Amino acid sequence: MTMRDLPLLEIEGLTHFYGAQLGCRNVSFDIYSGEVLAIVGESGSGKSTLLNCLSAQLRPTGGTIHYRMRDGSRLDVYGAGEAEQRRLLRTDWGFVHQHPHRGLRMGVSAGANVGERLMVVGERHYGNIRAKALEWLGKVEIDGARIDDVPNTFSGGMQQRLQIARNLVTEPRLIFMDEPTGGLDVSVQARLLDLIRTLVADLGLSVIIVTHDLAVARLLSDRIMVMKGGEVIETGLTDQVLDDPHMPYTQLLVSSILQVGA
Amino acid sequence: MGGLPLLRISGMSKGFTMHLQGALRLPVVSHVAFEVAAGECVVLGGPSGAGKSSILKSVYGNYLSDCGEILIRHDGEMVDIARLAPRGMLEVRRRSVGYVSQFLSVIPRVTAIDLVTQEGVKWFQDREQAEARAAELLTRLNVPERLWNLPPATFSGGEQQRVNIALGFIGRHPLLLLDEPTASLDAKNAGVVRDLIAERKALGHGLLGIFHDPAMRDAVADRIVDVTSFAAVA
Amino acid sequence: MSLSEISEQPAGYNFAYLDEQTKRMIRRAILKAIAIPGYQVPFASREMPMPYGWGTGGIQVTASIIGPDDVLKVIDQGADDTTNAVSIRNFFARTAGVAMTSRAEEATIIQTRHRIPETPLHTGQILVYQVPIPEPLRFLEPRETETRKMHALSEYGLMHVKLYEDIARHGHIATTYAYPVMVEDRYVMDPSPTPKFDNPKMHMSPALQLFGAGREKRIYAVPPHTKVVSLDFEDHPFSVQEWPDTQCAMCGAEGVYFDEVLLDDRGGRMFVCSDTDYCERRQAEGHFGHLHASGGAGAAAPENR
Repeated sequence: MTMRDLPLLEIEGLTHFYGAQLGCRNVSFDIYSGEVLAIVGESGSGKSTLLNCLSAQLRPTGGTIHYRMRDGSRLDVYGAGEAEQRRLLRTDWGFVHQHPHRGLRMGVSAGANVGERLMVVGERHYGNIRAKALEWLGKVEIDGARIDDVPNTFSGGMQQRLQIARNLVTEPRLIFMDEPTGGLDVSVQARLLDLIRTLVADLGLSVIIVTHDLAVARLLSDRIMVMKGGEVIETGLTDQVLDDPHMPYTQLLVSSILQVGA
Repeated sequence: MGGLPLLRISGMSKGFTMHLQGALRLPVVSHVAFEVAAGECVVLGGPSGAGKSSILKSVYGNYLSDCGEILIRHDGEMVDIARLAPRGMLEVRRRSVGYVSQFLSVIPRVTAIDLVTQEGVKWFQDREQAEARAAELLTRLNVPERLWNLPPATFSGGEQQRVNIALGFIGRHPLLLLDEPTASLDAKNAGVVRDLIAERKALGHGLLGIFHDPAMRDAVADRIVDVTSFAAVA
Repeated sequence: MSLSEISEQPAGYNFAYLDEQTKRMIRRAILKAIAIPGYQVPFASREMPMPYGWGTGGIQVTASIIGPDDVLKVIDQGADDTTNAVSIRNFFARTAGVAMTSRAEEATIIQTRHRIPETPLHTGQILVYQVPIPEPLRFLEPRETETRKMHALSEYGLMHVKLYEDIARHGHIATTYAYPVMVEDRYVMDPSPTPKFDNPKMHMSPALQLFGAGREKRIYAVPPHTKVVSLDFEDHPFSVQEWPDTQCAMCGAEGVYFDEVLLDDRGGRMFVCSDTDYCERRQAEGHFGHLHASGGAGAAAPENR
C-alpha cells in the first residue's frame, strides 16, 4: 500500500458547540491526496465552523482529526501542540479566506506577502525569495511589475490571486478555502475559478472548499458534502449529488439555482 | 479476462422521489438486466421517457440506482459501482468507463486542442503523441484548424459538439457510454462517429449508447436492448 | 538598604524615589529577564513624575538597582548635557544623592537613550536602556496575543518580512536604528532605538544590559557575555553605518558614530563624535580635529555644541 492509498486527513465524529449553541455535529469523512471536497449549505449551516475546526483554528468540542505527514506518520491534529498546528498551517496547509484582508498583510508588498512563508520556514536569501515570489505572481497571473506594490492597490480578484500565491509558495498538500470567490464580479469569479482549477490539477492539491455556490462546487470539486443545521445530510460525487439529489433540502438547494452550463 | 463482460447489470431499479412535490415518487426503470461484452456496441432502444438516459447515467454513477447491481470491469475485476465510494467511482471513471454526451461542458480559457490533448495525456505515453491524436480527431471531425487554438466557449453548437466527441473518443476507456452524441450532427460527421465506434470495437472495447436516429442506430448497434421491457410500475 | 538608612531619608521620599516594595517587584522582573535573555517580562510599571517618552522605564530600572555607592552616568543620543540626560541626572541627584560622572569607565550604572558609549564597557557595569516600543514584531503584527505566541514558538519569519520590505524599497536594509537582534539563538529583541552602529557592541558585552519600557510595561535583559546577532539575509548581510574618510571635527576620531552639525545656511557642515564624553577625553589627551580651536586645519572655531 502506498501513501496515496492512505487518507491524507481523517475526520471522526467532529462536533462543536458554542456553549449550548450547536456549530456542527458528528461529522466524519476522509480526504485523500488530490481530492477536492466541497462543503455546501446556507449561512448558519455549520460549514464555516467545520472548516475552522478542520484547519486547526477552532478546537472542536468532540471528535478527532488525523493528518498524514510527509514522512507517513499520522498526526493527531488536536492532540499535537499549538506549535505543530501553527507550523502545519504555514507550511503543509494553506487557508484562502473570503476576505483578502484576513489572508494578506495589506501593508506590505505583494512580494513580501508571497515570500513570508518562505522566510517562516527559514529561507534567508533575499534573491531567492524574490525570484520565487516573482515566479508565483506569474503563476497567478499578476504582473511581475507589481511585486513591490501593496495589496491595497490591487483589485479584489488580484487580491484573491495574491492570497493563493502566498499560500502555495511552500508547496502545501492541503488547502482550505472559505468562499474564495464570494463578493467578486461574475467575470472575475470565472477567471479565479479557472485559475484555482488549473493549479489544483497541476499541483495535485487536496482541497476542502466551503461555498454556498453550487456552480463553484460543480466546477472545482470531485465530492460534495451538504450541510444543514450543523449536520451533514448528503454526501457523494459532486455531479451525482447535484444531478440526482436525494434529500429534500438538497433538492431545494439544487432547484433554487439557475442552471449554468450543462 | 476475455471471459468477463465489460458491463453486467442485474436487478437494477431507478426512480426519483420529488420531495418538493410532496414526496411524489416517480419510478423510471426496474429489474434492469443486460450485459455489454468486449467488442460489441449495445444500443438502448425505446421511446422518450422510457429511461434510457437514466440507465446510462446510473452506469456512469451520475445517478444513484435504488437497488440491484451495476458491475463494471475494472482492473480485471467486476466492481459494483452502485456500492462504490466516490473515490472508487472516480478511479473507475478515470480508467474504465467514459461518457460522451452531446454537450460540451466548456472550461473558460482552455483552447480546443489543449482540452482534447489534456484528456489524451492520460492515455498516451507523452504529450506529443496525445496532441497528434487530438489533431487527428479534430481533423476527422471537421473542426476547422483555425479554431483549434481558441477556447470552445465561443464556438457554434455543432462545433462544440464535435470537440466534445473528440474529447470522448481520445480516451481508451474499455467501456464507453454514448448519450446521443450524434444528435443533430450532419451525415458526414455522423459517419465519422460511426467509424470511431467501429475502431473502438476492433480494439475490444464495449460501447453502450442511445441513438435517436434509426439509421445511425441500425448502423452501429450489434444488439438493441429494449428499455420498455424494464418499465417500472408505479 | 537597611531600615536605619531608610529612616535617614527626607520625609516623604524613599531612596531613589520608588518605595521598597515596588523596587522588589521590579528587581524580580529584572532577575527573570536576566534568566531568559531577550524575553520581555511584564512588570507593573509605576507612574513617574515625568511624562511617558522621557525614559520612565529606564528610570524605574535604574531606581530599582541603584545603591548609595553607585556612580551614575546618563546619556541622551550620546551626550551627557542634553535636556533628557540633565533631567534624569537631576532626578537621581535629588532622590538618591549618588555620585554622577560623565566618564563611561567610572560609572557603575549608565542610563542611556539611544547610544552605547564608544569607550568599551567592563565587567560589573550595568547599561540601562530607555525603551519606547519593546516589541520588535509590532511593526507587522498589531495583536499582542499573536506576538506573544510568535515569541513563545520562535516564529520569527515576520522579522525578515520587515527586512525584505527594506531591501525591496531601498535596495538595501534601510533600518538604521532599533535594528532587530537574535539573543542567544532564542528570542528576537528590539535593542531600543539605538543606531545599528552599536549593535555589535551588545554582542558578548562584559556589562549587564537592562531594558525598561515604562509605557509598555516591559523589562528585558542581555546578561554579560551573551550572543547578540543582528538579523539579515545571506545576500544582504548586516553592516554598520560607515563614514568613509570622515574624522571628528573636534577630536579627529575615526570609525565612531558621528553627528552631522550644520554650520551655516550655505551647506557648511561638520561631523563630530556623537559620544561627547569620548570626544572630550580625546581632546584632553591632545587629539584635535580640523575645526578645533587649538589645532587642526586652522579653520574658524565652531560654536560650542
